[in-house]
Amino acid sequence: MSIIAAALPVRRWRNPSALPGFGLTLGFTLFYLSAIVLVPLAALIIRPWEIGWSGFWDILSDVRVQHALRLSFGASLIAAAINTVFGAMVAWVLVRYRFPGRGLLDALVDLPFALPTAVAGIALSALYAPNGWLGRPLAEFGIRIGYTPYGVLIALIFIGLPFVVRTLQPVLAEFGRDAEEAAATLGATRLQTMRRVVLPALVPSILTGTALSFARAVGEYGSVIFIAGNLPGISEIAPLLIIIKLNENDYAGASAIGVIMLAASFAMLLALNLLQSWSASRQ
Amino acid sequence: MSPRFVSPTADHWTTRFGLTALSLAFIGLFLVLPLIVVFGEALNDGLKPVWAAIEEPDALAAIRLTIVAAAISVPLNAAFGVAGAWLVTKFDFPGKGLLVTFIDLPFSVSPVVSGLIYVLVFGLQGWLGPYLSAHDIHIIFALPGIVLATIFVTFPFVARELIPLMNEQGRDEEEAAVSLGASGLSIFWRVTLPNIKWGLLYGVLLCNARAMGEFGAVSVVSGHIRGLTDTMPLHIEVLYNDYQYQAAFAVAMLLALLALVTLALKTFLEWRYADEIAATHHH
Repeated sequence: MSIIAAALPVRRWRNPSALPGFGLTLGFTLFYLSAIVLVPLAALIIRPWEIGWSGFWDILSDVRVQHALRLSFGASLIAAAINTVFGAMVAWVLVRYRFPGRGLLDALVDLPFALPTAVAGIALSALYAPNGWLGRPLAEFGIRIGYTPYGVLIALIFIGLPFVVRTLQPVLAEFGRDAEEAAATLGATRLQTMRRVVLPALVPSILTGTALSFARAVGEYGSVIFIAGNLPGISEIAPLLIIIKLNENDYAGASAIGVIMLAASFAMLLALNLLQSWSASRQ
Repeated sequence: MSPRFVSPTADHWTTRFGLTALSLAFIGLFLVLPLIVVFGEALNDGLKPVWAAIEEPDALAAIRLTIVAAAISVPLNAAFGVAGAWLVTKFDFPGKGLLVTFIDLPFSVSPVVSGLIYVLVFGLQGWLGPYLSAHDIHIIFALPGIVLATIFVTFPFVARELIPLMNEQGRDEEEAAVSLGASGLSIFWRVTLPNIKWGLLYGVLLCNARAMGEFGAVSVVSGHIRGLTDTMPLHIEVLYNDYQYQAAFAVAMLLALLALVTLALKTFLEWRYADEIAATHHH
Protein backbone atom coordinates (compact mmCIF):
# COMPACT_ATOMS: atom_id res chain seq x y z
CA MET A 1 0.00 0.00 0.00
CA SER A 2 2.67 2.46 1.00
CA ILE A 3 4.76 1.46 -2.03
CA ILE A 4 1.86 2.27 -4.35
CA ALA A 5 1.25 5.58 -2.61
CA ALA A 6 4.90 6.50 -2.91
CA ALA A 7 4.96 5.58 -6.58
CA LEU A 8 1.93 7.71 -7.45
CA PRO A 9 2.59 11.34 -8.28
CA VAL A 10 1.44 13.28 -5.25
CA ARG A 11 -1.11 16.01 -5.93
CA ARG A 12 -0.32 18.75 -3.51
CA TRP A 13 -3.09 21.09 -2.41
CA ARG A 14 -0.66 23.97 -2.37
CA ASN A 15 2.34 24.85 -4.49
CA PRO A 16 5.59 23.86 -2.81
CA SER A 17 7.61 26.65 -1.25
CA ALA A 18 11.17 26.58 0.01
CA LEU A 19 10.25 28.83 2.91
CA PRO A 20 9.38 27.53 6.36
CA GLY A 21 6.44 28.44 8.59
CA PHE A 22 3.43 27.44 6.51
CA GLY A 23 1.83 25.25 9.18
CA LEU A 24 2.57 27.69 12.00
CA THR A 25 1.27 30.82 10.29
CA LEU A 26 -1.73 29.01 8.78
CA GLY A 27 -2.68 27.62 12.18
CA PHE A 28 -2.30 30.92 14.02
CA THR A 29 -4.04 32.96 11.31
CA LEU A 30 -7.03 30.63 11.06
CA PHE A 31 -7.37 30.29 14.83
CA TYR A 32 -7.17 34.04 15.47
CA LEU A 33 -9.47 34.89 12.56
CA SER A 34 -12.06 32.34 13.66
CA ALA A 35 -11.95 33.26 17.34
CA ILE A 36 -12.11 37.02 16.85
CA VAL A 37 -14.11 37.45 13.64
CA LEU A 38 -15.84 34.40 12.17
CA VAL A 39 -17.37 32.67 15.21
CA PRO A 40 -18.76 35.88 16.80
CA LEU A 41 -20.18 36.96 13.42
CA ALA A 42 -21.79 33.53 13.11
CA ALA A 43 -23.39 34.10 16.50
CA LEU A 44 -25.06 37.21 15.08
CA ILE A 45 -26.18 35.61 11.82
CA ILE A 46 -27.72 32.61 13.60
CA ARG A 47 -29.46 34.58 16.34
CA PRO A 48 -32.59 35.83 14.52
CA TRP A 49 -33.53 32.23 13.56
CA GLU A 50 -34.62 31.71 17.16
CA ILE A 51 -37.59 33.95 16.51
CA GLY A 52 -38.22 32.70 12.96
CA TRP A 53 -38.98 34.61 9.80
CA SER A 54 -42.21 36.08 11.10
CA GLY A 55 -40.57 37.37 14.28
CA PHE A 56 -37.72 38.78 12.21
CA TRP A 57 -40.16 40.62 9.92
CA ASP A 58 -42.21 41.87 12.86
CA ILE A 59 -39.13 43.60 14.24
CA LEU A 60 -38.12 45.07 10.91
CA SER A 61 -41.60 46.30 10.03
CA ASP A 62 -41.76 48.31 13.23
CA VAL A 63 -42.09 51.99 12.26
CA ARG A 64 -39.26 53.14 14.54
CA VAL A 65 -36.85 50.52 13.15
CA GLN A 66 -37.80 51.30 9.56
CA HIS A 67 -37.27 54.99 10.10
CA ALA A 68 -33.88 54.45 11.71
CA LEU A 69 -32.74 52.22 8.85
CA ARG A 70 -34.04 54.68 6.26
CA LEU A 71 -32.20 57.54 7.96
CA SER A 72 -28.93 55.61 8.26
CA PHE A 73 -28.96 54.50 4.64
CA GLY A 74 -30.45 57.70 3.19
CA ALA A 75 -28.17 60.15 5.00
CA SER A 76 -25.15 57.94 4.19
CA LEU A 77 -26.06 58.00 0.51
CA ILE A 78 -26.37 61.79 0.46
CA ALA A 79 -23.14 62.21 2.47
CA ALA A 80 -21.31 59.85 0.09
CA ALA A 81 -22.58 61.85 -2.90
CA ILE A 82 -21.42 65.15 -1.38
CA ASN A 83 -18.07 63.59 -0.45
CA THR A 84 -17.66 62.27 -3.99
CA VAL A 85 -17.90 65.77 -5.48
CA PHE A 86 -15.77 67.53 -2.88
CA GLY A 87 -13.39 64.60 -2.40
CA ALA A 88 -12.68 64.45 -6.13
CA MET A 89 -12.08 68.19 -6.12
CA VAL A 90 -9.68 68.03 -3.15
CA ALA A 91 -7.81 65.11 -4.75
CA TRP A 92 -7.47 67.04 -8.02
CA VAL A 93 -6.19 70.13 -6.21
CA LEU A 94 -3.71 68.10 -4.13
CA VAL A 95 -2.29 66.20 -7.12
CA ARG A 96 -2.33 68.85 -9.84
CA TYR A 97 -1.71 72.19 -8.15
CA ARG A 98 1.25 73.51 -6.17
CA PHE A 99 0.55 76.10 -3.51
CA PRO A 100 1.85 76.99 -0.04
CA GLY A 101 0.32 74.77 2.63
CA ARG A 102 -0.38 71.89 0.27
CA GLY A 103 1.49 69.42 2.49
CA LEU A 104 -0.49 70.48 5.54
CA LEU A 105 -3.78 70.20 3.64
CA ASP A 106 -2.75 66.74 2.48
CA ALA A 107 -2.01 65.61 6.05
CA LEU A 108 -5.25 67.14 7.39
CA VAL A 109 -7.38 65.05 5.03
CA ASP A 110 -6.63 62.05 7.28
CA LEU A 111 -7.91 63.83 10.38
CA PRO A 112 -11.24 61.92 10.46
CA PHE A 113 -9.26 58.64 10.43
CA ALA A 114 -7.14 59.75 13.38
CA LEU A 115 -9.58 61.75 15.50
CA PRO A 116 -11.68 59.49 17.78
CA THR A 117 -15.34 59.57 16.78
CA ALA A 118 -16.52 60.64 20.25
CA VAL A 119 -14.22 63.68 20.08
CA ALA A 120 -15.51 64.57 16.63
CA GLY A 121 -19.04 64.01 17.90
CA ILE A 122 -18.92 66.48 20.80
CA ALA A 123 -16.99 69.00 18.68
CA LEU A 124 -19.61 68.92 15.92
CA SER A 125 -22.31 69.19 18.54
CA ALA A 126 -20.63 72.26 20.08
CA LEU A 127 -20.47 73.75 16.58
CA TYR A 128 -23.97 73.08 15.32
CA ALA A 129 -26.14 72.90 18.45
CA PRO A 130 -28.72 75.74 18.51
CA ASN A 131 -26.48 77.68 20.93
CA GLY A 132 -23.21 76.55 19.31
CA TRP A 133 -20.44 78.38 17.44
CA LEU A 134 -22.20 78.08 14.09
CA GLY A 135 -25.59 76.99 15.36
CA ARG A 136 -26.43 80.36 16.93
CA PRO A 137 -25.75 82.52 13.83
CA LEU A 138 -27.50 79.94 11.63
CA ALA A 139 -30.51 79.97 13.96
CA GLU A 140 -30.96 83.66 13.25
CA PHE A 141 -31.61 82.71 9.64
CA GLY A 142 -34.00 80.03 10.81
CA ILE A 143 -31.60 77.19 9.93
CA ARG A 144 -31.32 74.32 12.39
CA ILE A 145 -28.66 71.65 11.92
CA GLY A 146 -27.95 70.25 15.38
CA TYR A 147 -30.55 67.76 16.69
CA THR A 148 -32.05 67.32 13.19
CA PRO A 149 -31.31 64.86 10.34
CA TYR A 150 -29.01 67.56 8.88
CA GLY A 151 -26.78 67.10 11.91
CA VAL A 152 -26.51 63.39 11.05
CA LEU A 153 -25.54 64.40 7.52
CA ILE A 154 -22.80 66.79 8.70
CA ALA A 155 -21.23 64.07 10.88
CA LEU A 156 -21.33 61.55 8.02
CA ILE A 157 -19.67 64.03 5.65
CA PHE A 158 -16.93 64.50 8.26
CA ILE A 159 -16.07 60.81 8.63
CA GLY A 160 -16.47 59.87 4.95
CA LEU A 161 -14.39 62.50 3.16
CA PRO A 162 -10.92 60.89 3.38
CA PHE A 163 -12.12 57.71 1.65
CA VAL A 164 -12.83 59.47 -1.67
CA VAL A 165 -9.66 61.61 -1.56
CA ARG A 166 -7.35 58.75 -0.61
CA THR A 167 -8.80 56.36 -3.21
CA LEU A 168 -8.58 58.87 -6.04
CA GLN A 169 -5.25 60.54 -5.20
CA PRO A 170 -2.83 57.73 -6.22
CA VAL A 171 -4.80 56.95 -9.37
CA LEU A 172 -4.79 60.60 -10.38
CA ALA A 173 -1.05 60.88 -9.67
CA GLU A 174 -0.38 57.91 -11.91
CA PHE A 175 -2.76 59.01 -14.65
CA GLY A 176 -0.38 60.57 -17.15
CA ARG A 177 -1.08 63.75 -19.03
CA ASP A 178 -0.52 62.04 -22.41
CA ALA A 179 -4.20 61.48 -23.06
CA GLU A 180 -5.00 65.06 -22.06
CA GLU A 181 -2.27 66.38 -24.34
CA ALA A 182 -3.53 64.23 -27.20
CA ALA A 183 -7.05 65.56 -26.70
CA ALA A 184 -5.72 69.12 -26.68
CA THR A 185 -3.77 68.63 -29.93
CA LEU A 186 -6.95 67.28 -31.53
CA GLY A 187 -8.61 70.55 -30.71
CA ALA A 188 -10.64 69.63 -27.64
CA THR A 189 -11.35 72.40 -25.18
CA ARG A 190 -10.27 71.94 -21.57
CA LEU A 191 -13.84 71.24 -20.52
CA GLN A 192 -14.31 68.65 -23.27
CA THR A 193 -11.05 66.97 -22.26
CA MET A 194 -12.15 66.81 -18.63
CA ARG A 195 -15.59 65.44 -19.47
CA ARG A 196 -14.68 63.00 -22.23
CA VAL A 197 -11.11 61.92 -21.38
CA VAL A 198 -10.21 62.44 -17.73
CA LEU A 199 -13.50 61.75 -15.96
CA PRO A 200 -14.33 58.43 -17.71
CA ALA A 201 -10.87 57.10 -16.84
CA LEU A 202 -11.36 57.95 -13.18
CA VAL A 203 -14.92 56.65 -12.78
CA PRO A 204 -14.01 53.26 -11.23
CA SER A 205 -11.82 54.82 -8.53
CA ILE A 206 -14.34 57.59 -7.87
CA LEU A 207 -17.07 54.99 -7.40
CA THR A 208 -14.79 52.92 -5.15
CA GLY A 209 -14.27 55.98 -2.98
CA THR A 210 -18.01 56.65 -2.91
CA ALA A 211 -18.74 53.06 -1.89
CA LEU A 212 -16.11 53.11 0.88
CA SER A 213 -17.44 56.41 2.19
CA PHE A 214 -21.02 55.08 2.12
CA ALA A 215 -20.06 51.80 3.84
CA ARG A 216 -18.34 53.68 6.65
CA ALA A 217 -21.23 56.12 7.07
CA VAL A 218 -23.98 53.48 7.33
CA GLY A 219 -22.48 51.94 10.45
CA GLU A 220 -21.15 55.15 12.01
CA TYR A 221 -22.16 55.79 15.61
CA GLY A 222 -19.79 57.93 17.71
CA SER A 223 -19.60 61.09 15.64
CA VAL A 224 -23.36 61.07 14.97
CA ILE A 225 -25.11 60.53 18.30
CA PHE A 226 -24.04 63.78 19.98
CA ILE A 227 -25.14 66.08 17.18
CA ALA A 228 -28.21 64.08 16.09
CA GLY A 229 -30.33 64.62 19.20
CA ASN A 230 -31.59 61.04 18.68
CA LEU A 231 -35.31 61.76 18.46
CA PRO A 232 -37.10 58.49 17.61
CA GLY A 233 -38.59 58.69 14.13
CA ILE A 234 -36.68 61.89 13.31
CA SER A 235 -32.96 61.76 13.95
CA GLU A 236 -32.40 58.29 15.40
CA ILE A 237 -29.88 56.15 13.47
CA ALA A 238 -29.93 52.35 13.20
CA PRO A 239 -26.73 51.65 15.19
CA LEU A 240 -28.14 53.65 18.12
CA LEU A 241 -31.36 51.64 17.98
CA ILE A 242 -29.28 48.45 18.32
CA ILE A 243 -27.78 49.82 21.54
CA ILE A 244 -31.19 50.93 22.85
CA LYS A 245 -32.62 47.47 22.22
CA LEU A 246 -29.63 45.83 23.92
CA ASN A 247 -30.12 48.05 26.97
CA GLU A 248 -33.75 46.88 27.06
CA ASN A 249 -32.44 43.27 26.97
CA ASP A 250 -34.18 42.86 23.60
CA TYR A 251 -31.47 40.65 22.10
CA ALA A 252 -33.71 39.49 19.25
CA GLY A 253 -34.51 43.05 18.20
CA ALA A 254 -30.88 44.14 18.42
CA SER A 255 -29.65 41.18 16.38
CA ALA A 256 -32.36 41.58 13.71
CA ILE A 257 -31.17 45.14 13.01
CA GLY A 258 -27.55 43.95 13.34
CA VAL A 259 -28.12 41.26 10.70
CA ILE A 260 -29.53 43.83 8.27
CA MET A 261 -26.51 46.08 8.82
CA LEU A 262 -24.15 43.13 8.41
CA ALA A 263 -25.91 42.11 5.18
CA ALA A 264 -25.41 45.66 3.92
CA SER A 265 -21.69 45.38 4.81
CA PHE A 266 -21.39 42.14 2.84
CA ALA A 267 -23.21 43.69 -0.12
CA MET A 268 -20.87 46.68 -0.09
CA LEU A 269 -17.84 44.39 0.15
CA LEU A 270 -19.09 42.45 -2.88
CA ALA A 271 -19.76 45.67 -4.80
CA LEU A 272 -16.26 46.90 -3.96
CA ASN A 273 -14.68 43.67 -5.18
CA LEU A 274 -16.65 43.94 -8.44
CA LEU A 275 -15.55 47.57 -8.82
CA GLN A 276 -11.96 46.52 -8.23
CA SER A 277 -12.01 43.84 -10.91
CA TRP A 278 -13.79 46.25 -13.26
CA SER A 279 -11.12 48.90 -12.86
CA ALA A 280 -8.37 46.26 -13.14
CA SER A 281 -9.84 44.99 -16.41
CA ARG A 282 -9.83 48.52 -17.82
CA GLN A 283 -6.13 49.07 -17.25
CA MET B 1 3.42 91.20 -27.18
CA SER B 2 5.11 87.90 -27.71
CA PRO B 3 2.86 84.87 -27.46
CA ARG B 4 3.45 83.01 -24.20
CA PHE B 5 3.39 79.23 -24.10
CA VAL B 6 0.42 77.89 -22.18
CA SER B 7 0.44 74.19 -21.37
CA PRO B 8 -2.66 72.56 -22.84
CA THR B 9 -3.09 70.40 -19.75
CA ALA B 10 -2.86 73.22 -17.22
CA ASP B 11 -6.08 74.60 -15.84
CA HIS B 12 -6.81 78.29 -16.31
CA TRP B 13 -5.63 80.31 -13.33
CA THR B 14 -9.19 81.20 -12.35
CA THR B 15 -10.09 77.50 -12.22
CA ARG B 16 -6.96 76.77 -10.26
CA PHE B 17 -7.57 79.56 -7.80
CA GLY B 18 -11.28 78.75 -7.44
CA LEU B 19 -10.83 75.02 -6.85
CA THR B 20 -7.97 75.56 -4.40
CA ALA B 21 -9.96 78.11 -2.43
CA LEU B 22 -13.04 75.87 -2.41
CA SER B 23 -10.97 72.88 -1.22
CA LEU B 24 -9.38 74.90 1.55
CA ALA B 25 -12.78 76.22 2.61
CA PHE B 26 -14.36 72.75 2.61
CA ILE B 27 -11.51 71.15 4.59
CA GLY B 28 -11.41 74.15 6.89
CA LEU B 29 -15.13 74.10 7.64
CA PHE B 30 -15.64 70.34 7.90
CA LEU B 31 -12.32 69.05 9.30
CA VAL B 32 -10.28 71.83 10.87
CA LEU B 33 -13.03 73.82 12.58
CA PRO B 34 -14.18 70.83 14.73
CA LEU B 35 -10.57 70.35 15.82
CA ILE B 36 -10.27 74.03 16.77
CA VAL B 37 -13.53 73.75 18.73
CA VAL B 38 -12.07 70.93 20.87
CA PHE B 39 -9.09 73.04 21.91
CA GLY B 40 -11.15 76.21 22.20
CA GLU B 41 -13.76 74.67 24.49
CA ALA B 42 -11.15 72.84 26.59
CA LEU B 43 -8.89 75.85 27.10
CA ASN B 44 -11.70 78.37 27.55
CA ASP B 45 -10.71 79.07 31.17
CA GLY B 46 -7.02 78.31 30.88
CA LEU B 47 -5.08 75.18 31.75
CA LYS B 48 -6.12 74.81 35.38
CA PRO B 49 -9.59 73.30 34.84
CA VAL B 50 -8.05 71.03 32.18
CA TRP B 51 -5.67 69.57 34.78
CA ALA B 52 -8.49 69.30 37.29
CA ALA B 53 -10.60 67.30 34.81
CA ILE B 54 -7.72 64.99 33.94
CA GLU B 55 -6.55 64.42 37.53
CA GLU B 56 -10.01 63.47 38.68
CA PRO B 57 -9.99 59.74 39.76
CA ASP B 58 -12.57 58.57 37.19
CA ALA B 59 -10.65 60.31 34.39
CA LEU B 60 -7.37 58.72 35.53
CA ALA B 61 -9.07 55.32 35.67
CA ALA B 62 -10.38 55.86 32.12
CA ILE B 63 -6.91 56.84 30.87
CA ARG B 64 -5.42 53.76 32.54
CA LEU B 65 -8.06 51.45 31.04
CA THR B 66 -7.57 52.91 27.56
CA ILE B 67 -3.81 52.33 27.76
CA VAL B 68 -4.21 48.79 29.12
CA ALA B 69 -6.74 47.84 26.41
CA ALA B 70 -4.48 49.21 23.66
CA ALA B 71 -1.39 47.59 25.22
CA ILE B 72 -3.07 44.17 24.97
CA SER B 73 -4.85 44.48 21.63
CA VAL B 74 -2.23 46.27 19.52
CA PRO B 75 0.61 43.71 20.05
CA LEU B 76 -1.81 40.83 19.42
CA ASN B 77 -2.98 42.39 16.15
CA ALA B 78 0.61 43.17 15.19
CA ALA B 79 1.59 39.51 15.73
CA PHE B 80 -1.43 38.41 13.75
CA GLY B 81 -0.63 40.92 10.99
CA VAL B 82 2.92 39.60 10.62
CA ALA B 83 1.83 35.93 10.67
CA GLY B 84 -1.06 36.55 8.26
CA ALA B 85 1.10 38.56 5.86
CA TRP B 86 3.81 35.87 5.94
CA LEU B 87 1.20 33.20 5.17
CA VAL B 88 -0.43 35.15 2.34
CA THR B 89 2.73 36.46 0.67
CA LYS B 90 5.19 33.57 1.06
CA PHE B 91 2.92 30.66 0.08
CA ASP B 92 0.44 29.83 -2.67
CA PHE B 93 -2.64 27.92 -1.65
CA PRO B 94 -6.30 27.75 -2.66
CA GLY B 95 -8.65 30.11 -0.82
CA LYS B 96 -6.09 32.86 -0.38
CA GLY B 97 -8.36 35.53 -1.86
CA LEU B 98 -11.17 34.57 0.50
CA LEU B 99 -8.78 34.66 3.47
CA VAL B 100 -7.68 38.21 2.59
CA THR B 101 -11.32 39.27 2.24
CA PHE B 102 -12.06 37.86 5.71
CA ILE B 103 -9.07 39.68 7.18
CA ASP B 104 -10.44 42.96 5.77
CA LEU B 105 -13.99 42.22 6.91
CA PRO B 106 -13.93 44.03 10.30
CA PHE B 107 -13.34 47.35 8.47
CA SER B 108 -16.74 47.16 6.83
CA VAL B 109 -18.68 46.11 9.94
CA SER B 110 -20.41 48.82 11.98
CA PRO B 111 -18.66 49.46 15.32
CA VAL B 112 -21.93 48.82 17.13
CA VAL B 113 -22.34 45.47 15.38
CA SER B 114 -18.73 44.69 16.32
CA GLY B 115 -19.65 45.05 19.97
CA LEU B 116 -23.01 43.30 19.57
CA ILE B 117 -21.45 40.06 18.30
CA TYR B 118 -19.49 39.62 21.54
CA VAL B 119 -22.57 40.29 23.64
CA LEU B 120 -24.30 37.53 21.67
CA VAL B 121 -21.44 35.12 22.47
CA PHE B 122 -20.47 36.09 26.01
CA GLY B 123 -23.44 38.09 27.33
CA LEU B 124 -25.92 36.73 29.89
CA GLN B 125 -28.30 35.62 27.14
CA GLY B 126 -25.42 34.70 24.85
CA TRP B 127 -24.08 31.30 23.74
CA LEU B 128 -21.65 30.96 26.62
CA GLY B 129 -23.57 33.17 29.05
CA PRO B 130 -24.93 30.45 31.38
CA TYR B 131 -21.56 28.68 31.55
CA LEU B 132 -19.64 31.91 32.25
CA SER B 133 -22.00 33.10 34.96
CA ALA B 134 -21.94 29.66 36.61
CA HIS B 135 -18.16 29.90 36.82
CA ASP B 136 -18.16 33.59 37.76
CA ILE B 137 -16.17 34.63 34.68
CA HIS B 138 -16.80 38.21 33.54
CA ILE B 139 -16.18 39.10 29.92
CA ILE B 140 -18.96 41.48 28.95
CA PHE B 141 -19.02 44.65 31.11
CA ALA B 142 -15.38 43.92 32.02
CA LEU B 143 -11.86 44.28 30.63
CA PRO B 144 -11.86 41.12 28.44
CA GLY B 145 -14.92 42.32 26.50
CA ILE B 146 -13.39 45.76 25.98
CA VAL B 147 -10.17 44.16 24.74
CA LEU B 148 -12.05 41.79 22.38
CA ALA B 149 -14.09 44.64 20.87
CA THR B 150 -10.92 46.71 20.45
CA ILE B 151 -9.11 43.81 18.78
CA PHE B 152 -12.02 43.35 16.36
CA VAL B 153 -12.19 46.96 15.15
CA THR B 154 -8.40 47.22 14.74
CA PHE B 155 -8.01 43.69 13.36
CA PRO B 156 -6.93 44.48 9.74
CA PHE B 157 -4.65 47.51 10.27
CA VAL B 158 -1.23 45.80 10.43
CA ALA B 159 -2.04 42.96 8.01
CA ARG B 160 -3.46 45.35 5.42
CA GLU B 161 -0.24 47.42 5.49
CA LEU B 162 2.12 44.41 5.42
CA ILE B 163 0.43 42.23 2.75
CA PRO B 164 0.97 44.61 -0.21
CA LEU B 165 4.43 45.54 1.08
CA MET B 166 5.65 41.95 1.41
CA ASN B 167 3.96 41.00 -1.86
CA GLU B 168 6.05 43.59 -3.62
CA GLN B 169 9.27 42.58 -1.88
CA GLY B 170 8.84 39.01 -3.09
CA ARG B 171 10.45 35.86 -1.73
CA ASP B 172 13.93 36.01 -3.27
CA GLU B 173 15.81 37.25 -0.21
CA GLU B 174 14.17 34.72 2.10
CA GLU B 175 14.74 31.90 -0.39
CA ALA B 176 18.40 32.84 -0.67
CA ALA B 177 18.66 32.73 3.13
CA VAL B 178 17.07 29.26 3.20
CA SER B 179 19.49 27.96 0.58
CA LEU B 180 22.33 29.20 2.76
CA GLY B 181 20.97 27.14 5.64
CA ALA B 182 19.31 29.81 7.78
CA SER B 183 16.57 28.72 10.16
CA GLY B 184 13.04 30.08 9.88
CA LEU B 185 13.37 32.28 12.93
CA SER B 186 16.69 33.79 11.89
CA ILE B 187 15.31 34.46 8.38
CA PHE B 188 12.46 36.40 9.94
CA TRP B 189 14.64 38.38 12.34
CA ARG B 190 17.55 39.09 10.01
CA VAL B 191 15.99 39.26 6.53
CA THR B 192 12.26 39.94 6.66
CA LEU B 193 11.90 42.17 9.72
CA PRO B 194 14.55 44.72 8.61
CA ASN B 195 12.68 44.99 5.29
CA ILE B 196 9.25 45.52 6.80
CA LYS B 197 10.05 47.41 10.01
CA TRP B 198 8.81 50.82 8.86
CA GLY B 199 5.68 49.35 7.31
CA LEU B 200 5.06 47.44 10.54
CA LEU B 201 5.52 50.61 12.60
CA TYR B 202 3.13 52.46 10.27
CA GLY B 203 0.48 49.77 10.72
CA VAL B 204 0.97 49.71 14.50
CA LEU B 205 0.64 53.50 14.65
CA LEU B 206 -2.75 53.50 12.89
CA CYS B 207 -3.86 50.45 14.87
CA ASN B 208 -3.02 52.17 18.17
CA ALA B 209 -4.80 55.41 17.24
CA ARG B 210 -7.99 53.52 16.47
CA ALA B 211 -7.63 51.26 19.54
CA MET B 212 -7.36 54.21 21.92
CA GLY B 213 -10.16 56.15 20.24
CA GLU B 214 -12.72 53.41 19.61
CA PHE B 215 -16.14 54.34 20.89
CA GLY B 216 -19.08 52.42 19.38
CA ALA B 217 -17.86 48.85 19.80
CA VAL B 218 -16.48 49.44 23.28
CA SER B 219 -19.64 51.29 24.28
CA VAL B 220 -21.73 48.15 23.66
CA VAL B 221 -19.58 45.81 25.76
CA SER B 222 -18.43 48.16 28.52
CA GLY B 223 -21.56 48.57 30.63
CA HIS B 224 -20.43 52.12 31.50
CA ILE B 225 -19.33 51.44 35.06
CA ARG B 226 -17.68 54.71 36.08
CA GLY B 227 -14.09 54.33 37.21
CA LEU B 228 -14.11 50.65 36.21
CA THR B 229 -15.13 50.00 32.60
CA ASP B 230 -15.17 53.48 31.09
CA THR B 231 -12.41 54.12 28.55
CA MET B 232 -11.45 57.69 27.64
CA PRO B 233 -14.00 58.06 24.80
CA LEU B 234 -16.73 56.62 27.05
CA HIS B 235 -15.71 58.95 29.88
CA ILE B 236 -16.10 61.87 27.45
CA GLU B 237 -19.64 60.72 26.70
CA VAL B 238 -20.50 60.43 30.40
CA LEU B 239 -19.15 63.93 31.15
CA TYR B 240 -20.88 65.43 28.12
CA ASN B 241 -24.25 63.90 28.96
CA ASP B 242 -23.70 65.16 32.52
CA TYR B 243 -23.42 68.75 31.16
CA GLN B 244 -19.78 68.91 32.32
CA TYR B 245 -18.77 70.30 28.93
CA GLN B 246 -15.46 71.79 29.98
CA ALA B 247 -14.29 68.52 31.54
CA ALA B 248 -15.53 66.53 28.53
CA PHE B 249 -13.52 68.74 26.18
CA ALA B 250 -10.46 68.54 28.45
CA VAL B 251 -10.38 64.73 28.09
CA ALA B 252 -11.27 65.10 24.40
CA MET B 253 -8.28 67.40 24.00
CA LEU B 254 -5.97 64.61 25.18
CA LEU B 255 -7.35 62.31 22.48
CA ALA B 256 -7.16 65.11 19.90
CA LEU B 257 -3.47 65.57 20.80
CA LEU B 258 -2.97 61.84 20.32
CA ALA B 259 -4.61 62.17 16.89
CA LEU B 260 -2.35 65.07 15.94
CA VAL B 261 0.79 63.22 17.08
CA THR B 262 -0.37 60.18 15.10
CA LEU B 263 -0.92 62.30 11.98
CA ALA B 264 2.47 63.97 12.36
CA LEU B 265 4.29 60.63 12.78
CA LYS B 266 2.33 59.13 9.90
CA THR B 267 3.21 62.02 7.60
CA PHE B 268 6.86 61.79 8.70
CA LEU B 269 7.01 58.04 7.98
CA GLU B 270 5.33 58.53 4.59
CA TRP B 271 7.88 61.20 3.71
CA ARG B 272 11.04 59.65 5.15
CA TYR B 273 10.43 55.98 4.37
CA ALA B 274 8.13 56.24 1.35
CA ASP B 275 9.78 53.24 -0.32
CA GLU B 276 9.35 51.01 2.69
CA ILE B 277 5.66 51.67 3.34
CA ALA B 278 2.95 50.11 1.21
CA ALA B 279 0.54 53.01 1.67
CA THR B 280 2.85 55.37 -0.22
CA HIS B 281 3.73 52.79 -2.88
CA HIS B 282 1.92 53.31 -6.11
CA HIS B 283 3.08 51.55 -9.24
